[in-house]
Amino acid sequence: MNDIRKLEDIANRVRINVVKMIAHSGIGHAGGASSIAEILSVLYFREMNIDPTNPKYEDRDRFILSKGHGCPALYAIFAEIGFIPESLMWTLHSIDSPLQMHPELGLCPGIEMSTGALGQGLSAGIGMALGARMRKKDFRVYVLIGDGESNEGQIWEAAMSAAKFKLDNLVVIMDKNEFSLSDRTQEVMPLEPMTDKWASFGWFVSEVDGHAVPELIQAFENARQRKGKPSIIIAHTMKGRGIPSVENKAESHSVSFTVDQTSETLYALGCSRDEVTRFIQKIEEKK
Amino acid sequence: MCERKAPRDFIGPILLELAEHNPNIVLVDADFRVASKITSFQDRFPDRFIQVGIAEQNMMGIAAGLSTVGYIPVVSTIATFISRRACDQVTTSIALSGLNVKLLGLYAGLFVGKNGASHQSLEDIAIMRAIANMVVLQPADVVETKQMLEFAVKYHGPVYMRIGRDPVPQFVPDDYRFQLGKSITLRDGHDVALMTYGDLVEDTMMAADLLERKGIHSRVINMSSIKPIDEEAIVNAAEETGGIVTVDNHNIYGGLGSAVCEVVAEKRPVKVKRIGVKDVFGKSGTDEQMKKKFGITAKDIEQGALELISRQVLS
Repeated sequence: MNDIRKLEDIANRVRINVVKMIAHSGIGHAGGASSIAEILSVLYFREMNIDPTNPKYEDRDRFILSKGHGCPALYAIFAEIGFIPESLMWTLHSIDSPLQMHPELGLCPGIEMSTGALGQGLSAGIGMALGARMRKKDFRVYVLIGDGESNEGQIWEAAMSAAKFKLDNLVVIMDKNEFSLSDRTQEVMPLEPMTDKWASFGWFVSEVDGHAVPELIQAFENARQRKGKPSIIIAHTMKGRGIPSVENKAESHSVSFTVDQTSETLYALGCSRDEVTRFIQKIEEKK
Repeated sequence: MCERKAPRDFIGPILLELAEHNPNIVLVDADFRVASKITSFQDRFPDRFIQVGIAEQNMMGIAAGLSTVGYIPVVSTIATFISRRACDQVTTSIALSGLNVKLLGLYAGLFVGKNGASHQSLEDIAIMRAIANMVVLQPADVVETKQMLEFAVKYHGPVYMRIGRDPVPQFVPDDYRFQLGKSITLRDGHDVALMTYGDLVEDTMMAADLLERKGIHSRVINMSSIKPIDEEAIVNAAEETGGIVTVDNHNIYGGLGSAVCEVVAEKRPVKVKRIGVKDVFGKSGTDEQMKKKFGITAKDIEQGALELISRQVLS
């Protein structure tokens, strides 16, 4: 299906731009950004109601990246939509840039909540979902959390309350990439059985391959049908997906790409020789 | 002296009145509604009252989210649970983006009805003052409480308002209008300045009476706007009196005393004597027992002033 191919292409471009932005900046959270490329592509180009010409459109669906360090992927999506000019991507992490290392509401169009201190975004999403109901608005709220992030107690405070408030206009997507900063989540702090945990908190739970666009589309549709409880989509993903040197390794968390790693990754993601050469030149000139 | 009233008893009725005219005001509670006396609000506006349970961190995030939809969330709980328990949520989810959330820190300072150290906020001013974008206030009485709440809901941005638990007399005039960054001089004098806020205005006024009996004319300033602070009033006091005594219902580190010292050190150096809790944790006790134990009675304030003035004479 054309539509699926289109979403996969967007996800791939997001991944390419994540690698380019981080290589250009010198450092960045490549692993947790590359693991969410398909999720963001499906959300922004299929699932969510947004106005590409107006990031503040009042009735827009809201998205919060609670695992804020994954934001290079979000910035790449914003450039893809046209919320920000593509040139802004090359200011990533620089001091006066709207594209800070963790997203800041008010600095960059499209950012709905300041995040970065883990565990906080879901609570804000609950506030927005309650606000939508109180204002009798139909907009939906999507919050992307990490599996490592779910070590934070506030996630479970929030999980309790969303069920209490029966927020069927709220969908959480868990980027379950199995790693946190230093190691496998199973080593750092075991979280299984994840599905049972959320179900026991009163959520509608589904599990998908977080890199499979059709599965994500279906899961969002299923969540939309559920009434009276919030939904969580546990998306099994791979940290550092598509980055050969760090794929599925904790080292993908924060990466400073060498020139060789950059070109190797860009080739692996399908970039042409010409595109890779031009980009390497661009970062060499910056130095 | 007129009738004694506790500011916290009036939070509910004042918010109720404000909410009648402003449909955006919503209350978010973490199971403290009975103590914070906001149940009347819940009865009148059940759809604008959100009960999150004993989960202050989640409460701050929910308030942040509500504010992005145009609501003015008012969060009220014990001051320690705002400044200590949920400090990062207040900072990152609310203050970083200047979100329009009002934080009411009840039971502020030592006077927490015998609840003791775990419930005594002796560092909240220091913490909240150091958070960028945050306004820090404490009313002296019920009239000022009403004025301040009216201001807080009109002002766009995060406001932390400390509120005392126990009854106090009225100090500000009936026609008083609160202004951000402005203090109010409750008594004029040129020998020494006494600066305070909240519950201890009463003890500070008593200290001024004690000093008067010794022929010392003190200026008593209610520094209800703790951040931003009234720099002009501080500089004027530094120029026109023999020194400044600050009176904190808070640790002497980081409270009003520190804020005043910052101003005088940069703008008009003068001797300052800080009265307050001397870097120890609180205790269970009556207000009077605690004032004695922690050295913040009218007598202590008077002594502080006398010490300051004698130093002035000697130097």
